[in-house]
Amino acid sequence: MSLDLSLLPDGGVSWLDASGDHADIVLSTRIRLARNVEGFAFTGRARDGERLRVLAQVREAGRHVPSLSAGVLLRVDELPSSDRLLLHERHLVSKELAGLDAQHPVRSGAALYVGDDVGVMINEEDHLRLQSLRSGFAVPAAWGAVQRLDRELGARVPFAYHQEFGFLTACPTNVGTGMRASVLIHLPGLVLTKEMGKVLAGLQQMGLTYRGLYGEGSEVVGNFFQISNQTTLGKSEDELLAQLVDVVRKMIASEEEARRLLLKDAGYIIEDKVWRAYGTLRFARSLTFDEAMNFLSGVRLGVGLKLIPGLSVYTLNKLLIFSQLAHLAHLEGRALTESEASQARARYVRHALANETGSPE
Amino acid sequence: MLCESCKEREGTVTLTQVMGGAKREMHLCERCAAERGVEQTPTPSPQIGELLQKVQQQLSLVGAAGGESASGSSGAAPSRDQARCAFCSATLGDFRASGRLGCAHCYGAFESSLRELLRRVHGSSRHAGQRYDPPQPDDLQRRSTVVELRDRLRQAIESEQFELAADIRDRLRVLE
Repeated sequence: MSLDLSLLPDGGVSWLDASGDHADIVLSTRIRLARNVEGFAFTGRARDGERLRVLAQVREAGRHVPSLSAGVLLRVDELPSSDRLLLHERHLVSKELAGLDAQHPVRSGAALYVGDDVGVMINEEDHLRLQSLRSGFAVPAAWGAVQRLDRELGARVPFAYHQEFGFLTACPTNVGTGMRASVLIHLPGLVLTKEMGKVLAGLQQMGLTYRGLYGEGSEVVGNFFQISNQTTLGKSEDELLAQLVDVVRKMIASEEEARRLLLKDAGYIIEDKVWRAYGTLRFARSLTFDEAMNFLSGVRLGVGLKLIPGLSVYTLNKLLIFSQLAHLAHLEGRALTESEASQARARYVRHALANETGSPE
Repeated sequence: MLCESCKEREGTVTLTQVMGGAKREMHLCERCAAERGVEQTPTPSPQIGELLQKVQQQLSLVGAAGGESASGSSGAAPSRDQARCAFCSATLGDFRASGRLGCAHCYGAFESSLRELLRRVHGSSRHAGQRYDPPQPDDLQRRSTVVELRDRLRQAIESEQFELAADIRDRLRVLE
């Protein structure tokens, strides 16, 4: 059974639309809540039958939950690996749920509910991972949506909860609020002015941490950083969110300041960098993923600095997602070798940029 | 569960092997595990975030604090290590090997060790966020009864059994 992405509301990528605040610097905001169902062993220790019963219970509850009324339930465990990779590339599922990690092949009962702006991963590290993903810097909106989903589901499914420790999770690093709130932010200015190291070092003292574009275990690429809270216990959700918002606000201000500085002191160097990136993307015949990410970062900076006209942030967001391997294979209708993928990527990017500006490829 | 090797003693150590992409779990007793040179402290993978590394560090402290041997190596294991969760049979040893607990009841079974660990990892062991009241079985029962009654009401109306329909409607009024 292959995945028909048109079944997902907006293909599951409505958050690309760049409608949120500061959408050129902050790509997206995500808040997830880890929950487990009382009466079953945690996913890692549960037997196949138990996981399927958890899925059945959640599925039944989901039918009556307003937040998921327009939702689609996908049996991730029944999808071929290419489709699971596709979902991962769209940031809808973690590597673990998709079974892309050598240590964790896909588990029976692994499923995903995709709603308009909320979703639920089922039978990942915890029974339930509620998530809300929004365009731009949108912490209050994302929190409102996931909190609503949490209340609606929690009224129908008994969550494992402890008076002292809070919501119980498979890994103690998530216990308590079970909340991981993160913001995906683009910081080329701070990287170019060599301020990034200082910024990152200061994060831990503030109870925050950072990762690359694809969450846990991923490297930083294209100057994209995922900033999130590290602790989940001992503070309220509002306190944790306030801390994150405060730090991200400061980062945005610092990034804008760094960009001003770059334009003032090295204007022509930045312009040259940005336009070379654009030129390569417009005309290259082969692009590796890393190259594409780096040039996209340069172009994104160019758009943010108003140096490159006629290019929308939405197009840049789309390029970020659709230039990935499984997406290219899906486009071409077959598996691709590395060199075929690099060529397909270059073709896709040329086409998208040419369309945008109405120029020849 | 008996040790899969000697089939005499209880298998308290879970050995997870990944070979050719397939994962295989084996349950061994302390002695057979030691004979196979199985080390009981996990090596953190480079991909684990700092927080999880902290957890791993605290886990080895938990093992040492609970028992006689300071190094926590094979031989007479700390008695804490052999305590099992009544619901899922997991031990603290299982937790140390995988970094994950077996079920919600493990938090009760290993309460004091976990409390220490949580304090060191999060700086606190007390939840300060939203409270939660699980749905009462009556609530769930009531809701499914309402759903069922509504269905029956619809059927009664469709089959023109109006007296029955009125009766069901009255029962629904009480519940809603």
